Parts: sequence; C-alpha cells; structure tokens
Amino acid sequence: MTAELVRGQNHPVSQARVEIRVSAGTPVLALVSACDDAGRLAAPDAVAHPGASGLPGVQVPEAVAGEHRIAVDLDAVAPAVHRLGVVLVLPPGGPARFGAVPASYVAVADPEGAELAGYTLTGLDAETAVVALEFYRRQGGWKVRAVGQGYADGLGALLADAGLDGPAATALAAVATGLVPSGDITLAALPTAAPPTVPHGLRAPQDAAAATAAPSPPSPPPAPEPLPAAGAPYPGGPAAAPGSSSADTVGGPPTIDYAHPRRRRTTTEPPEPGPRAVPSPEADRPPAPVAGDASGWSLEERLYNQVWGMFEDLARTVAAYRSACDFAESRMDRELDDALSDPRLRLAGTANAARDAARARHDELVAQAKAVLDRDLAQLIAESEVVEPALPAAYARWANPVWHGHGVPEEAPLALRLGDLHLPERPDLRIPMLVRAPLERGLWIDNGRTGSEAAMTMDTDRLRRAAMDMAVAHAVRLLAVHPGDRFSVHVIDAAGAGAASLAPLVAAGVLAGPPAAGAAGVTRTLEVLTRRVDLVQMAVRAGAPEELPPDVDVADQLLIVHDFPHGFDDRAVTRLRYLADEGPAVGVHLLMVADRDEASAYGPLLDPLWRSLMRLSPVPDNHLADPWVGHAWTFEPDLPPRGSRVLEQTIDRIAAARRDARP
Amino acid sequence: MTVNMTKGQAISLQKQDGGTLTAVRMGLGWQAAKRRGLFGSRTREIDLDASAVLFADKQPVDVVFFRHLQSDDGSVRHTGDNLVGGAGQGGDDESILVDLQRVPVHIDQIVFTVNSFTGQTFQEVQNAFCRIVDETNGQELARYTLDGGGQYTAQIMAKVSRVGGGWQMTALGNPANGRTFQDLMPAILPHL
Repeated sequence: MTAELVRGQNHPVSQARVEIRVSAGTPVLALVSACDDAGRLAAPDAVAHPGASGLPGVQVPEAVAGEHRIAVDLDAVAPAVHRLGVVLVLPPGGPARFGAVPASYVAVADPEGAELAGYTLTGLDAETAVVALEFYRRQGGWKVRAVGQGYADGLGALLADAGLDGPAATALAAVATGLVPSGDITLAALPTAAPPTVPHGLRAPQDAAAATAAPSPPSPPPAPEPLPAAGAPYPGGPAAAPGSSSADTVGGPPTIDYAHPRRRRTTTEPPEPGPRAVPSPEADRPPAPVAGDASGWSLEERLYNQVWGMFEDLARTVAAYRSACDFAESRMDRELDDALSDPRLRLAGTANAARDAARARHDELVAQAKAVLDRDLAQLIAESEVVEPALPAAYARWANPVWHGHGVPEEAPLALRLGDLHLPERPDLRIPMLVRAPLERGLWIDNGRTGSEAAMTMDTDRLRRAAMDMAVAHAVRLLAVHPGDRFSVHVIDAAGAGAASLAPLVAAGVLAGPPAAGAAGVTRTLEVLTRRVDLVQMAVRAGAPEELPPDVDVADQLLIVHDFPHGFDDRAVTRLRYLADEGPAVGVHLLMVADRDEASAYGPLLDPLWRSLMRLSPVPDNHLADPWVGHAWTFEPDLPPRGSRVLEQTIDRIAAARRDARP
Repeated sequence: MTVNMTKGQAISLQKQDGGTLTAVRMGLGWQAAKRRGLFGSRTREIDLDASAVLFADKQPVDVVFFRHLQSDDGSVRHTGDNLVGGAGQGGDDESILVDLQRVPVHIDQIVFTVNSFTGQTFQEVQNAFCRIVDETNGQELARYTLDGGGQYTAQIMAKVSRVGGGWQMTALGNPANGRTFQDLMPAILPHL
C-alpha cells in the first residue's frame, strides 16, 4: 500500500532498485542531482539531465514529458553521494509557473511496480523548478523524503542553492533545459544569462546579481525571447559575490520548518538532517500552516481531519468572542441601570460620568475580544489558503484546478464536499462542509420559497433551476470521485421539469437510464431500487453477499427525485420512505429536490421523511448547526464558477471512462 | 522544580525563563482510605469529581465538569470522569486542561473544585492532591496536598486568575459540602 507523504515526511526505502514515477499535469523535465553529505553538488557533472542523462545508478529521461519513469539503483550510487534529489523543471515555452498547472505527483515504486510512497506537490505558486523528492542515506540504508522545495527563479537558483557557483549554475541550467546544445560547453565561456524559465519582472534580484557578477557575456544569450541578461535592468543593487548565499534576498527560496508544529519528538534518536536547516527568523510567530498535518493514515484522511479541526477551531474561537461581547453588553446594561436608578448620582450630576465609564469599559472589553478573534481568524485564514488548494477532487471546490486533471479514481472517496460554511464574523473564511461517504443520510435540496429569506426574494423558476443545477453538480461530483463501475445515478423527473439541468447528464449517457417520467416511470424506478435494497439486505443478513442474482447492480446508487410528489401515488410514497430508511445501509442514497409545502397534502405522514434527510439550500441559508457550540452556520452551495466548463468536461471524462470500461 | 503550596499561597504562572505559560493542566488524584474491617483492611470506591468554574466579574459564565467536558470556547477541557480514583500511584485521576491563550478575554478567574459525588467525606480519602502542570513540557509547577480527614464532602482547591497580562494560581483549600459544583457556589463566591 502506498504511503502518501506530506511535505517533510520521510519513508524508508528497503529495495535497492526502485523506479521514480513522475506524473505532472504538464510536460516537465526530470533531473536528478547527486549531493554529498553536506547537501552540496560537487561539480556540474553531478546532475543527471537530458544533456548528460547518466549518473552511476541513475538514468534520467531525455525528453520533456508529462510522465516520467526514472530507474534508480541505489546500490550503484557512488559512495560519496549521500543525497539524490529528484528535480522537476518547467521547460521554457510552457506554463510559466507550477501554480498554474495541476499538482504533480511523484511516487517511488519497487521493481514489481507496486508504489511504496507517493507525494503530491501542492502549494506551489510562482516556482518553475522544484525539488520533489530526496533520497538520502540513513544508518546504512536509504530513505526518501518529500521535499517540495520550489524555486521561483528556476533551475539556476536551485543549482546555485545546492552549491554550484552562479555562472556554473546558470550555465548548467541552460544546458539542462535544452537551450544550449550540450556538446560544445565550456562552462567558463558560457553566456551567463538568467535561466530562461524565470518569469519576467518579478523576483529577480538573485538573477540580476548573478548576471552582473559574471564576466560580461561575449555573445547574446541564445534565448528564444529577450531576457534580462547583463546590465542589471532590475533595481537589484550592487552585485553580490557569485555563489553567495541568497537566502536573505527577496528572490531566495522560502524556508520550510520540517518540525511538526504540534508534535514533540519522542525518541532519543538525533534529529534527521534536514536538507537545509534554516532557523526561523521570528521564533515566536505561530508556525506556518501545512496542508495535511492532522492525524490520519492517508493524505485524504489527514485533510479531512484538518478541515474538521479548522471547523471546530472557528466555532470555538467565535464562541469565545461572542460570549465576551455578550458579557460586555450585559455588564454595561447593569452598570447603566445602576447609574440611572441611584438618585444621589442623578442629583450630583455624575450620572453622565458613570454612563461614560460604563460605555468605556464595554468598548475596551469588546476591543480586546476582537483582537483575539482577529489573531485566531488570521491563523485560520492562512491555514485555509494552504489547505484549500491541496484538497482532492471529492473535497475540492469546482473552481479548484484539481478538477481539470482529475482522472477516474481507484477507490471510493472518504468524504464529500457538500458546500461551504461560514459565520457572519468572517464571511470570507469558508470552511468546506465535508461529510463522510457513503452518505449516512439522504440529501434534500429545498427548492421551496418559504424555506429561507434568500429564497423568498427569488422567483420560483430561478430557484427551482438553481436547486436542480445543484443536484446535478452533486451527482457529477459523486460520479467523478467513484471508480467507474461503483456508482450509478437514477433520476425521477416525473413531469420533465428538470430536463434543462439534466440535459448534459442525459446527453453524455452517464445515467443508469433515462430520467423516469410519469407515474409509470416513477413506479418502475422505485421498484428496481426497492428490489435491490431487499436483495442486498437479504444477502448481507444471510452472510452471502456474493450470491446475488446477476442482474442486481452492486454499485452504490443515487436516486435523484425531482418534483416530488408529482407522479407519486401512495404506494410510491411508501416505497420512497422505505428507500430513505433502509437504503443508505446497503448503498442506495436519496437526493430529493423538493418543496415541502407541495407535499403538505400528505400531512404529518411525511414528517419523518423530511427529518431523516439532510436539508441543503440552493441559496445561502443559515440552518446548520455545528456539533460543538451550536452556532447557526450559513450554508452556501458550491457550484461551478460562472462561465466555467468544468462540469461538462468532467461529465465527458466520466462518459469516456465508462465507454472504455464497458467493452 | 515543584512548589509545595500551602493554603492561601499564591504563585505566578510564569515559566522559569520568564515566558508566559500557554497551557496548564490541573490534575487531581486520590485514593480511598483503608478502613479496618472484619477481614482486614479493605477499601470502598469513592468517586471524586474535578470541576472548573469560569468567572467573569464574579459571575459564573461557564463550567466544565463531567457532564460538560469542554467549555463552549474550547479553552478549558475535562479529560473525563474517573469513578473510582487511582490506587494511590501518584498519577492524575482526573485532569482539566486550560489553554490559557484561548480563554476568552472576559473570563478573569477559573476556580477548581473537587466534590465527592458518592457522598463520602474526605475522611475516607487519602493521598488526595491537586497539582498544576505545564502542559507543553509536562513539568509540575505546583502541588497542593489536601490535608486528610474532615467531615466535609467538597473542597475548593485553587483558582487561576488574571493578573496584569499573565495568570496566577492561588491555593484555596477550603472545605465545603456538596455533591456537585452547583452546591458549592455560595462557598466559592467569597474567594473571588
């Protein structure tokens, strides 16, 4: 089983022959650097790159590609080499930064092909070169560490940081990225252009320094585009000595603290050598948040726990703030009452002073509480900014780039995002509303206008459309995050009123069948699902879940019911209630898109049904309470951004995957 | 280094290097006193409960006890009810964790109490102590041993209160009677 690493985590490598698999969202260049025990490159030839693709024990691919496989024989690595870094570089001409492409994934696999450890490179932004993994010697064996150290100034900066002096680093970077043919290098004479992968304008001092420090180039750099070469067009200041440490300049790489912020070291083993132990300049600042630093077996579970941790922290910190404000308010009221009711004060004319004093005490306490709240919110916002981009598709917003590179997963998700939650104190701090999958309760998207204030202001048609669009988005999410044959969606749309929203699903053929229309369709669909529930229940009770008839679909089922109770007779209503009660345990889930008022003819008969469903709203509505303090949280649905085609693209991908799987 | 506190003594909750404490744990441990019986010495089970009452301007605003294990803001947490006490091994039987940095700004005093829920008096308890531990490194800052005996069923152990920008702990050690903290309120108020 694959160990999913987070940044800074390490994993033992027991085999000598391993394969490094890189899957990037865009064509990248893969390099391997071989460093000594101090983490420094001895010479430019200690880097395996497309121009010189071999090192003892390592062979790197010569082409730029989205997928790489690098064979490594750790036994054959030279004894002087203590660290092997796996470096990914964006080639010139492609995307200008890692932040603009889907997160890359690197894995270490054994010769049989089983993955030992994997690492998703999240949280990158302006970087164009990144050290993804590092193999290092540890007590006679090898270990691998997830590094994820990016360099905005490209491969040149990365190599310079590993100990090559400035001109050599930039020259090697130019060779490695294919700008200079590797045959005719004489390193000293090479033009010392900045690496061509540097984004223009920003973060340049380091390159400017390197460029001005070098001897003036004898020929213009053979770059495809005009580059800030010699002459230092940036306000980079006087030239620094070549190869001097750049960690304190603006362009220097960000430093990572590998210590877990909330975990104490328990063993007496000396701390493992970090790649570069840079002491944090401000020790008393709260540690920078890291995505996935909660407890859990997999990255998915760690992120789930982290999101719930943020949810609880926000609930509690707001509870502290509110209780302080309430207390300040009630104390002021009491003091004002006292001041007004005391006739001596009134006569003496000191009532005003007493009133002012009471107000001042109130304001002071509220200001203190606000300061504490702001401190905590700032920390949570910083955490949210790190966590949100790292979320897997099942947890991610539709706006998250992870959806663009999303393939068919191999396992069912741990949890699902139903929407966002926020509190009025900080409406822009959105907590993902994650619920465990498979869903224990059915969902009810309330398209009634009487449900909430925001719904009252919308006209019925738009509200209904929004509710059905939301249901379709949920269905697509569920289909996309489950393995192809493990989830199917049925739709009951008795009057065909939801056809416009359902059209993409129907057109792509990803539903289990066409939406059921009319009373006959309703009955038929419910009958099929009821039969499935009965049979699976019987099989599970008998302890023989394999003995099902071949026509029973064992995949999890989602039933979307639109326009309830249109087309439902009493028998169908009973069936639906049966599905809502018994279905979740055997993998049949209900998603109702309904207005409770329309079913009022059934009287209290349906109350248990509505209560058993989790109510969501297509408009922001504060009807959900947290389990700790009971604040009213505003739920907001997560829909694809306006004008985005992410939903259609995802549907196309699901359809394609199912077509491939069927024959 | 542990300070053995005596009744009424106050200590400032500062770290030895001058930094302020961020999280402390109030630990409570006890053991049922051995009684002489027909068949030699035997013990009865005694259920002591630790509670923390949070005060703002001398008004109780929140309480943490075995039915409400966490204050609403999450800053004060009870680790769970222990119904029988330890075997006198010296460990904590019940703990209350206080995250001093997260205590809401209006809370200025936190009073810790111990009640005998089963109604036995402290005569039947031995080796009872209350100690305060720096939760970040496990160091014991202060220990207060309940002097044994006495015909009462509760003790108001200690209080932690805001002083200036920091916190200080005062050992109270006042006997009282009551099965839960609610019964103690009249006894607590004079100590605020």
